[in-house]
Amino acid sequence: MKMIEGHVAIEPPHGVPVWDVDPYDPEILADPDAYYAELRSKGPFVYIPRYSILACGRHQETQEVFSDWERFVSSRGVGLQDFKLETPWRPPSIILEVDPPAHSRTRKVMARVLSPKAANALREQFRAAADKLIDELLERGSFEAIAELAEVYPTDVFPQAMGLKKVNRRYLIDYGAMVFNALGPDNDLRRKAMAMGPQIVPWITEQCKRENLEQEGFGAEIYAAADAGEINEGEAGMLVRSLLSAGVDTTVTGIGSALWCLATNPQEYEKLKDNPKLLRPAFEEVLRFTSPVHSFCRTTDRDTQVSGVDIAAGTKILCVLGAANSDETRWPHAEKFDVDRRPTGHLAMGSGIHGCVGQNLARAEVGAVLAAIVQKVGKIELTAPARWRPNNAIHALDSMPLSFTPH
Amino acid sequence: MTKVTFVDADGNKTTLDARDGDNLMQAAIADGIDGIVGECCGAMMCATCHVYVEEPHLTTLPQRSEGEEEMLECTASERRKNSRLSCQIKIGPDIDGIVVHLPEEQ
Repeated sequence: MKMIEGHVAIEPPHGVPVWDVDPYDPEILADPDAYYAELRSKGPFVYIPRYSILACGRHQETQEVFSDWERFVSSRGVGLQDFKLETPWRPPSIILEVDPPAHSRTRKVMARVLSPKAANALREQFRAAADKLIDELLERGSFEAIAELAEVYPTDVFPQAMGLKKVNRRYLIDYGAMVFNALGPDNDLRRKAMAMGPQIVPWITEQCKRENLEQEGFGAEIYAAADAGEINEGEAGMLVRSLLSAGVDTTVTGIGSALWCLATNPQEYEKLKDNPKLLRPAFEEVLRFTSPVHSFCRTTDRDTQVSGVDIAAGTKILCVLGAANSDETRWPHAEKFDVDRRPTGHLAMGSGIHGCVGQNLARAEVGAVLAAIVQKVGKIELTAPARWRPNNAIHALDSMPLSFTPH
Repeated sequence: MTKVTFVDADGNKTTLDARDGDNLMQAAIADGIDGIVGECCGAMMCATCHVYVEEPHLTTLPQRSEGEEEMLECTASERRKNSRLSCQIKIGPDIDGIVVHLPEEQ
């Protein structure tokens, strides 16, 4: 059995084009549109020899593979490594990297803790924090939008909502980036991320303990599920870890990407100012247009077929969500950021049973920031080109100098 | 194809020929019905495709799952006896002629 990047090497399935591309090339990660388009143009799947994986980027097949948890499992890891054959760098997540029935139990707890009701209850608090931050930035006029806005806001409101007693902004952001970089191959990005482990992981593990969480907040509610016997104490800690893994870096990315969309599409920003009701679909359009999580893997647990392609058991399939979200056949004028679009069906938050469990919270956080901006800021402008920060699974900005002009 | 009717909060009616096998939320989105948001696209996460179902279909629809029950506790407009998530209503001959009312807010 030949192994590549922690999974079994496969033969290219009959009729599937072989494409010698590196989806993790830092240049592609920074500017992926041409790669997305070529991936879609080649067919429903391509075989990528250097990693011996299949990749899909058309909306239809990506949606099928990404949502059908019975044939395309998550328990063998959502990165290149096959957890059935190798031991992952950290104990697998008990909500992300698991299948039903085990998944149903933990998912139920998290869905309740992060319900729309729970997110709504935080709306005023989120809005007050957003008003304060946007006022400060307006006063200054120009600022670094990633370091001083996108990273600041979630690391301000999220630890509070969690009930974390200690906050280390940098560790919270970097831990997320680490978890996502770990999904890729053994490249520079992954090695650098892993090198941060000894410093960050013990801190994160410590914050997941019951005694390091306030009496109120998502953390306490997760531990309450342990008290009620729904999960055990260790599982509660693991679910808190999931929130810390997936709840910070992703929202930072969402805010940064939303600002980038508005700064580079001033006519769309005008529409939002005229009609703030468009804010909600506009954030969905940001998600479709920028795909903060650009790709995740699934593993086939049986021989199967998708769109006439035979796929062998044990195959890693890279689901390129960014490509699916820019598929012209699903989204007319996909290359255009259009706040009038209703992009329901985008795959940026996943779909089906593994759909992002924190999506209500993410929408509430970003929604509060955008609402404050629309109310206070007349003009958003880039004062220097934005730079992207390559990551094996996240498409995020590294820096974006912006200016805000009041109404 | 199956006939489905949406009545918005102001009483305006829209009747569509919806594709069998889709769900009611998808049919509404595809036709640009304003009162349905469907943010989570049927993952039963967001409660933004809430509708009030008229009889006789209310009684003949399959029962709500536990997940739908929980999500209906999170709707932006009041939950009523005939509240359902439209993403959980499968389109097919058995719901032909169904009439659903849209809430004020999602």
